[in-house]
This record gives sequence, structure tokens and C-alpha cells, in this order.
Amino acid sequence: MGLLRRIGALGRRSKLSHEIDAELREHLQMRIDENIANGMGPTEAAREARLRFGNLTVMRERVDAEDTAAGLDSFLRDARYAVRGFARSRAFTAMAVLTLALGIGANTAVFQLVDAVRLRSLPIQNPRELAELRIAGGNPGFGISNGRYSSFTIPMWQEVRRHHDPFSGIFAWREADVLVGKVTEAKHVNALEVSGDFFNVLGVAPWQGRLIEPQDESSCELSKVVVSYPYWKSQMDGAPITAKTTIQAEGRSLQVLGVTPPSFTGIIVGDRFDLAYPTCTPPNLRPEMFLYTVMGRLKPGWTIDRASAYFDALSPGLFKDTAPPGYSSEAIRQYTSFRLAAYPAGAGVSALRDQYDTSLQLLLAITGLVLLIACANLANLMLARTSARQREMAIRMALGASRRRIATQLIIESGLLALSGAALGVALGQPLSRLLVASLNTSQSSIQLSIVIDWRVLLFAAAVAGLTCIVFGTLPAMRATSVDPISSLKSGERGTTGSRERFTMQRLMVVSQIAISMVLLVAALLFVRSYRNLITFDPGMRESGILMGFFGYPAGKIKPEDQAAYKRQLVEDVRSIPGIQNAAATTSTPLNGNSWTHAVRVDSIEGDSKFNYASPTYFATMGIPLVSGRSFTAADTTGAPFVLIVNQTFVRKYLGSKSPIGQLVHVKPEPQYPERTYEIVGTIADTKYNDLRGTIPPIAFVPIDQYPVTAQGPGMAMMIAANDLPTAITAIRHKMEGEHPEMVMQFVDFQQNIQDNLVGDRMMAMLSGFFGLLAAILVVVGLYGVLAYLIAQRRNEIGIRIALGAHRWQVIALVMRDTALMLLAGTAVGLPLTLLAGRSAGSMLFGLQSYDPVTIGFAVALLVVIAVLASWLPARSAANLDPVAALRSE
Amino acid sequence: MAKNDLQGALDLLILKTLSQLGSMHGYGIVAHIGRVSDELLNVEEGSLYPALHRMEQSGWVRSEWATTESSRKAKFYTLTAAGKKQLAAREKNWDQVVKGVAAILRYA
Repeated sequence: MGLLRRIGALGRRSKLSHEIDAELREHLQMRIDENIANGMGPTEAAREARLRFGNLTVMRERVDAEDTAAGLDSFLRDARYAVRGFARSRAFTAMAVLTLALGIGANTAVFQLVDAVRLRSLPIQNPRELAELRIAGGNPGFGISNGRYSSFTIPMWQEVRRHHDPFSGIFAWREADVLVGKVTEAKHVNALEVSGDFFNVLGVAPWQGRLIEPQDESSCELSKVVVSYPYWKSQMDGAPITAKTTIQAEGRSLQVLGVTPPSFTGIIVGDRFDLAYPTCTPPNLRPEMFLYTVMGRLKPGWTIDRASAYFDALSPGLFKDTAPPGYSSEAIRQYTSFRLAAYPAGAGVSALRDQYDTSLQLLLAITGLVLLIACANLANLMLARTSARQREMAIRMALGASRRRIATQLIIESGLLALSGAALGVALGQPLSRLLVASLNTSQSSIQLSIVIDWRVLLFAAAVAGLTCIVFGTLPAMRATSVDPISSLKSGERGTTGSRERFTMQRLMVVSQIAISMVLLVAALLFVRSYRNLITFDPGMRESGILMGFFGYPAGKIKPEDQAAYKRQLVEDVRSIPGIQNAAATTSTPLNGNSWTHAVRVDSIEGDSKFNYASPTYFATMGIPLVSGRSFTAADTTGAPFVLIVNQTFVRKYLGSKSPIGQLVHVKPEPQYPERTYEIVGTIADTKYNDLRGTIPPIAFVPIDQYPVTAQGPGMAMMIAANDLPTAITAIRHKMEGEHPEMVMQFVDFQQNIQDNLVGDRMMAMLSGFFGLLAAILVVVGLYGVLAYLIAQRRNEIGIRIALGAHRWQVIALVMRDTALMLLAGTAVGLPLTLLAGRSAGSMLFGLQSYDPVTIGFAVALLVVIAVLASWLPARSAANLDPVAALRSE
Repeated sequence: MAKNDLQGALDLLILKTLSQLGSMHGYGIVAHIGRVSDELLNVEEGSLYPALHRMEQSGWVRSEWATTESSRKAKFYTLTAAGKKQLAAREKNWDQVVKGVAAILRYA
């Protein structure tokens, strides 16, 4: 019979095995015939033939073993047998599959995020060829950076655009915010400003119309856009693009050139992409402004390293030619020492990636540990199950089944469990993963990630399932096959009573569970406490009832020299609204990620300080107390002497024990910010600067009326204090629409904004808390199971003890001593693990250390409670054992 | 140097028997080897059938059910082309093994 026919006969087991049986039987029969022909009696003939032939079953197994198809067949048979066994013990199966599904599901969910954020390539042609150019080692703070991904000024971009031998094509882009719709009800959309070759180099073809091309760069007037597929579908009803298709944006009508295909989701992973418009070279370009990200497609034969070497060699000339004027010579020296380098960009860029990388890795580790605990529980379950099946195994072995055969059977069983757990887990991972993404969304921004099952996710789930199968399946299999069938059959249904070793194995499992759950509990407590520290942290200023208002008006409306007065009037207009407690203009909204630095010199000390230009009412609005000197007044204008209010960190850094009032501070020149000397007139208490975690830098405040005329622009930020924020917003909008109809406004709840910046911490606190709890529950279940099992095994012994006069509490103590020992061993192993694991979380914690003794102590206390809880029931049932019944049942 | 030759002796015996008899069932193969070797070689059924099935898997022999002279149904094995090639190779190897073993035995 050919192999194909055999495989075809798979599942029709009987046919194949009957054939082998028949063949062997006929052989036996021929021997008998010959024996009879040689003169033996029929009984004697049959006996001799069978003796000569040996064990028929063993022989058949050996023939089977030669047969690949039969091997597959026996695999199917084992699987079917396993399924029948599972159907008989539904509770066990459900419990096992569910535990695995939860564990694998949690792992898959986190891995899918990791996959979406860092592993998956951009949906473009040959993403591996895409490279990004950046200043090697990053820009330490030269010039003005505009946006998260800005690493090129316009002159730098123009230089590399002319010299890019390693690239077949090169392009620049930056994120931008475009106001779409009529001025009064305008909405912000996520836009990309892109150079002419952007779509061309990425290899994105138009879905409708055409995309941006090099000739579109000619005009700086925003007039042409390309929209994304989702935007086109949702905002433009998917209407066909014609030469007359337009949208309203930034107060004018823009021609829509075309639509990008659905597969193109932008170049920033995690951000929505709505529309793109062409860059241009503005007539009044600011050479110190870092705006663009520059990327290119490597020519065949060029590697990232070779490209880096090329741009490194190009750098000295490039930075020399593009150095912006108006900087001190040391700043220019720093600038000309920059070197460009190429980095792989096939996965796009992502602030999300930078922000949550450590969190995601930690989460993956945490979910992995939870799965490990679940596996330990399952292994214990399987051990208990196999010992209950001891007789079955013993009988099969006595009948001639090989160890390998039985081990295969058991491993197939755990493999089936792992497989169904993995399938369910992958399904479960989908909503979990979306939930995770949703937990990172804030009131202002939503994260757009495509969570899909790709081959990486499937491979990951398969690997996890395989590993779990090995972890929880192998031990019971090894244990079951190392049993001596004779003693096992003799000792009856209870299985082998003398196997101390197995108890040790189960105890070991519980000990490792306790150790791992200690790591998880400590992690959970650390993250929860860290998050609590963050949300209750006092940044040194008023948080609740504060609005950040952003006001913008057409550029040509107010002359530069009148800007200061106009803005002062705006603040007064807002302050005059009933219900508004106070308002102040500022150039740098606090705790919002903004940073504004000037180089300073105080006496002989050189350094820098954060700067903020603010209204006299700023400190009152934000509730920042004045420590010494005076606050700003309306008299501190451009004509008056330049004055400064500094925080205590500034005083400590630059003045030491000197009295700060009256000291002079020199600010070094920068384009649009001329050299100045300020006199300190007051000091304020320290406040946090642009985020809660950072250390407090030196901060200096300048009256907003002394803001350089050269730097004035058509817009301002205002901090507004009011008790009822929604009402305040309505009132301000109402007043502005009356008096300044062209004003574009945006309002952000200050406190909400601070909390939005903590979503990562909230996610870690929530998830680690959840997984810590899960670990605790798993430990309770595991410990309970093992203790109950041990006590069932020791029924006789305990019965005798009670019969001989042992007190109930002595029996309870007997059980508790067991628990205490396991707990002690578990925490002893867990403590160094915890300290080791804590090191990786240290940088994410706020206001406490990873080795925080209180937290660790609390976790241990929790474990004690868990252990007592889990052992109380088994201990009590042992203590209430009726000695007569226990002894009689033997 | 030939490999696995001593273990391969059984395969060689079976292949050779089939090439001599054309088509034969397991019992017949055992009987033939016993008869021809004057009962010097005794092939055990426990080794024969796994070997036959292995050879069938490898495509050296094919099998079909047919009726014996004593009108019993039995599975008859026949050499395939691959089996003949295999036999030739084995025979050559066996000669070398015999020479090699003889050389060892003669060495004093």
C-alpha cells in the first residue's frame, strides 16, 4: 500500500490496522498449518506457533512504528482519546483552557500593541529602504525646535536636497495643525506639510485625483491639499474629486488635489493623518527654526552605515553654510560641530513609541509572569489529574505500552489544552488590545493604531502556547511514566502513596508561584503608589479651575509695535467678564511640555534659565506666592528698565547666599531676542516647569510688555482662573465674537491636561494592579489546591493523630506550618527577584524608589494574608476530620 | 567504506529472497531463508514485519493481497525498480564487509 493511500486512509484507522492484523494472523496460521503438516496435534501446533511468534500487540506496535502514516494515525487516535478524556472532566478542561486563554490573551494583547507601535513597517513600498536623517546624538537645544520630530531647518533641508547621493529620492515633512471649516466653528485636523517628492519616494499612489508633486511647492499660499481616505469618506462623503473640489480651511477655500489610498495611514505611528499640503520656501525664513524631518530611500547597494558615512562627510560644509546669524560664537561652534547620520525609518516615526516603549516591555514581562503562575497552577492540576489516572497508566504499561507512548499521550493532551487556550487567547487579545489603546486616549487626542492579527502576533501566540505546554505538560508526563506499574496497581485507587517526590514538586510549584506573585504584587503597588504620588503632587501652582486659552488672529491685522497693547487689552477684556476670577498672558504655558530657554550670565556664572514672559496678574492667577521683592506692575513696559522675577532654584544656582533683589542678569542674544540686562525685582516660590516629573529648573519671568517687538506674533496664550470652566468658555467666546470676530480660540482645562499627560502612568497603575490581583487569586487557588490534596493524602495520619488525642489547633498548626514554610521559601526567592525586576521600573516611578521597603513589606503582608486565606479551609477541614470515618475508609 | 552493513544484513536477505522468488509473503520469506541456509539463519517475525513495512515505505517493495497455494489470503511483496537498485548496492557492500571481517579474523 503506497504512502499516499495510507495518508488517504488516515482517520480510517481500522482499515490500516486490520490489514496489519490480518497479515500477522495469516502468518501465524501458516505456521500452525506447517506444524500440523509436520505431525503436531492442533493444540500443540497453535501453542508452538504463538510461542515462536511472541506478543502480537507488541509486534503490531513495532510495525506501526515503522509506518509514518500509522504514526500520524496514532497521533489522531491519541488526540481523540484526549478529547474524550476532557469531555469526561469538563470542569478541569474549562478551568485549564480559561486560565490559558486569559494568560495568552493578555500576552497577545500587549504584544499586539508592541507590534503595532514598534515592529510593524509602514504600509509603503519596500519600507526597509527608508532612512531618516538626524543630527547624530540629537540636538542638545540649539535654536528653536518646533514639534516632536523636527530635526532640520529649512537651509539644512535645502542643502541635503542638493546632495543626497545615497538616496534615490529624498523628502521632508512636518506635522501641522490646520483649522478646517468656517472660522467660528473651525476644527483642528492633523496635517502633514510635505515636500514635493513625499508621496513619490514613499511609493504611495493616488486613490483619486493626484497627490502632491514637486511643482506644488512654488507658492507659499496655502491653496492645495491632499486628503486621507478616512477623511475623504467621513468629511467629504467620498464624492469624486474634480478640478472644482474644495474644502474650507484657515479662512479660505483650498483645492483638493486627490485622495491617498486607504492603506496609507500617514508616517507617524499612532497619529491620525487627515490632510497633506505642500511645503514652500517662505520669503522671511527663520534659519534657526528646526522644522522638518528628512527621509530618503536608499539606492540599491547603499546601506545605512554607508549613507551615514556619506552624510557625516557632508556635514562640516553643510553646517558651516547654514549657520543662522545672531548667535554667540560658542553657540555657532556647537552648531557647526553637528554631524548628520542616517537611521532606519521603515517603521515610521512615533512619539508613542518613545513614550511607551519601556511601559510596553514591562507590561509584556508582567503578563509573561502572570502566565507563568497560571502555568504552575495548571501543572499542579495536571499532576493531580495524572496521579488520579495512575492506575490507567499502570495498566497500559503492564499491557506493553512504552513509556514514550504514554508520555506522547500526555503531551498531546497538554498540547491540545495549550492550543485551544491559544486560539481563545488570540480571540480574547483583540478586544483587550483595543481596550489598552483606548486607555491611552485622552480628552484631546486619540491614538490611531491598527490592531491587526499579523504573522508576528500569530507566531508570538504559538510560541507562548508552545512554551506553556512545555512548562505545564512535561513535568506530569515525566512523573507519570516513571511510575512502577506493579506498586501502582497494588496500592489501589489512591495512586502511589510513597511518592514524596511528587509532593515536593507540587510544593516547589507553589513556592515559585509565591515568588513570582511577590514580584507582581510589588510592581503593582509601586505603580499604583507612583500614580497616586503624581496625581496628588502639588506642582506649586493652582491646578483646578484654570483654563489655558489660545487666541489667534489674522497676521496682518495688528502692527508689530501695537501687538503688546492689543494683547494687554485682550487680557483686560477677558478679566472684565463676570465669573472670571483672573487672567494673565504668558508665552509658555506651564506643565504642558513647552520649554523656552535663554543663555544667561549672572556676575561671572554662565548658564541658562527657562524664561517666561507674563502679565503682572500671572502669579495671582496661578496662585504662585511671591517670596521677596515686588510683583510686576503696569508700569513695567518696554520703555521702563528691564525687570525680572526669578524662582528659588534660580537664586540658589546663580546668587547663592546673596540677596537677589537688585542683582543684574545678562541674557545673551538670539535671533529676534536682542541682548539685554535685567534687574531682579522679586522672587517667587519654586514651581514645576513643563512636566510633573522633571526637576525644577531655574525659571525667570519677564513682564510681557517687555517682550521683544521683533518676536511678536499674531497669537497669545492666556491662563484664566474661574470656578466654572464651561460657563467661562461660553462667556469668553461670546464676548470675543462680539468684539474680535476674526479671533480663533481654543480652550484646554489645565488640570485635565496635566492628568492627560499621566495616561501612561494610569495605564501602568491599572494594569499592574489588575495583574497583581490576578496573580494573588491564582496563588490562592494554587495553594488551596495543593494543601487540600496533601491533606487528602494524609487523612489516615491525621485521623490517627486526632484519635490519639491531638488538639484541633495542633492539626491546624500542622497545616499552617506547611503554608508558612512555603511562604517563607517563596518570599526568600521572591525578594531578590523583586529587587532585580524593580531596577527596570525605577525610571518610571515618581516619588518612590523601586526598592521602597514599605511597599515590599506591604506586599509580603498581602502574601501572608493570601496564604492564610488559602490554607484556612483545608486546615479547618483537617481539624474537623472524624477520626473513626477517616480510619475506617482505609 | 560501507555503512550499517551488519545491521543491514536482514534487509539484504529479504531483498535477495524477493529477487529470487519474484513475489512472496512474509511467512514464505522466513521459510525460504531457513530452507536455503539449511536452518543456519533464522529470521524472527519480530524483525521481519517491521523491516518489510519500512521497505515498503521507502518504496523498495510493493505489496498486494493474493491467495497462496494452500488457498489462504496473504500479503505478497514484490521488488520494485528502486528495490533492485538497492539490492545491487547492498550486495556490493556486503562483499566488502565480508572481506573486511575476514581480514580482521585472519590478522594474527
